[in-house]
Amino acid sequence: MEAKVKYYLEIADNAFMLSHRLSECSSKGPFLEEDLAGTNVALDLIGLAEAVYNEAANLNKQGETGDDIAYRRDEHEYRNCLLTEQPNTDFAFIMTRQFFMDVYHYYLFTELSSSSDKFLKAIAAKSLKEVTYHLRRSSEWMIRFGGGTDVSSEKAQKAINSLWKYTGELFEPSAEDLLLRETNVSADLEKVKSLWDQKISEIFYLADLKKPENEYKMLGGKKGVHSEHMGYMLADIQYLNNRYPDAKW
Amino acid sequence: METLENTEELLKVFEAKIDAEIKIEPRDWMPGDYRKHLIRQISQHAHSEVIGMQPEGNWISRAPSLRSKKILLAKIQDEGGHGLYLYSAAETLGVSRDEYIQWLHAGKAKYASVFNYPALNWADIGAIGWLVDGAAITNQVSLQRTSYGPYSRAMIRICKEESFHQRQGYEIMWKMMEGTKDQQRMAQDAINRWWWPALMMFGPHDSDSPRTSNAMKWKIKRETNDRLREKFINKTIPQAELIGLKVPDPNIKVIGKDQMGENIYEHSDINWDEFWSVVNGNGPCNEQRLNHHIRAHEEGAWVRECAQAYNAKTNQ
Repeated sequence: MEAKVKYYLEIADNAFMLSHRLSECSSKGPFLEEDLAGTNVALDLIGLAEAVYNEAANLNKQGETGDDIAYRRDEHEYRNCLLTEQPNTDFAFIMTRQFFMDVYHYYLFTELSSSSDKFLKAIAAKSLKEVTYHLRRSSEWMIRFGGGTDVSSEKAQKAINSLWKYTGELFEPSAEDLLLRETNVSADLEKVKSLWDQKISEIFYLADLKKPENEYKMLGGKKGVHSEHMGYMLADIQYLNNRYPDAKW
Repeated sequence: METLENTEELLKVFEAKIDAEIKIEPRDWMPGDYRKHLIRQISQHAHSEVIGMQPEGNWISRAPSLRSKKILLAKIQDEGGHGLYLYSAAETLGVSRDEYIQWLHAGKAKYASVFNYPALNWADIGAIGWLVDGAAITNQVSLQRTSYGPYSRAMIRICKEESFHQRQGYEIMWKMMEGTKDQQRMAQDAINRWWWPALMMFGPHDSDSPRTSNAMKWKIKRETNDRLREKFINKTIPQAELIGLKVPDPNIKVIGKDQMGENIYEHSDINWDEFWSVVNGNGPCNEQRLNHHIRAHEEGAWVRECAQAYNAKTNQ
């Protein structure tokens, strides 16, 4: 049961942190329609995180709620990948990070749609519908960046080059992930990676953008070793719960 | 060609439509001052929705639960959506969204002054929904019957969402008042700071509101500032009392009942010096709000240029 909860948290924490980064962009979009589209994705992801946190709380049977798990852990207990916590440097970074995560989520949830775990199977099928839209939007932006202006193409390539080292972690299975693979609960990340690679290549080809050659993988998030950014994110997220631990909101 | 004679004829047709409660549509002839009034009012309304995303946005990253974060995000998204409907309605008057935004950045166009106040604690999110959106709805319900078709239709959609916003704001205040001493203190602090700015949202007294008379004659406005303000006060004081909040006005007292048997209240006059000071740029956040909008717009310039260039290439 403990392995399952930890695996759930990998999924929920990725969604929660990415959604947090997107929610920081509210009222800062390049135009109003895009501002609202970003919030839509943030809302889908926080909905996903909420469902998975609640289920993790049910499995844990410690009397805690999904909110307790989301808001009251120490930094090292969060299992999100480093990619999700990377800052909103500019719109090219925001969208490239999103594109990498959308492709990952799309194939992860495709795989999990046939999980032996009923909850994961159901939430994957639901999320897949949403992620299909997310992926369409971020793919279109990557193609637009590449085919738009010299500035947009340069900015997109810079974001890709900078974020690339964080993508490897998405496909590094945790010990719990490997254990659950034996009973067909978790997704086969090798398969997800191969599909991810194909999709990235396809969109980069259409966008005339390049895959970086440096294959170095920056790891840590899944094991609770985060970037310097994470502490500031949690300082914000946990502020009221930390300051007023007895309050109910 | 338009001559004086047919202008008079057109004006008669226009006024007959107004009298018969027939909506004026974008292609219809309308007096220049009517168009000018609408351009000012609808764009100001659109800018208010968009600038209004900022004070609430100040608490998204610190929203204390998953549910509250979702609701706040969705609410702010709604406000942006209202901005979109209203810019679209305003564009039917022959001015583009780009131009409206330029006027805003140049200080030629205003937005609701209430958003120049800061959101300082979590209960402010409740107070903004309950009081600021509550005041806005009181005004907007009457604007659903406004004489300009696109504006009226935008207001009908907006009102549906705003009533949800007001309820979620009140729910936050209610939860805070049911909560710890600290939460109750935050809630009272929030109403202390937002009560008067919310009352100011209805604008100056009718006697000091130079544009009211034309706007009423053309049925752009359907009720006066003071009448709408009274409605809001009478509706809101019992809501505050129900959850144990005190309205920050020592002179509040019941002076009668309306036709529905609800209390009518007497209250202190508004500090109009503060109102005009904030309108004229001296609120706590005027500069911050406008600079934020300008910065986001400028930082997004390359994205808009990219999208335009890409569209131009692919549409060839």
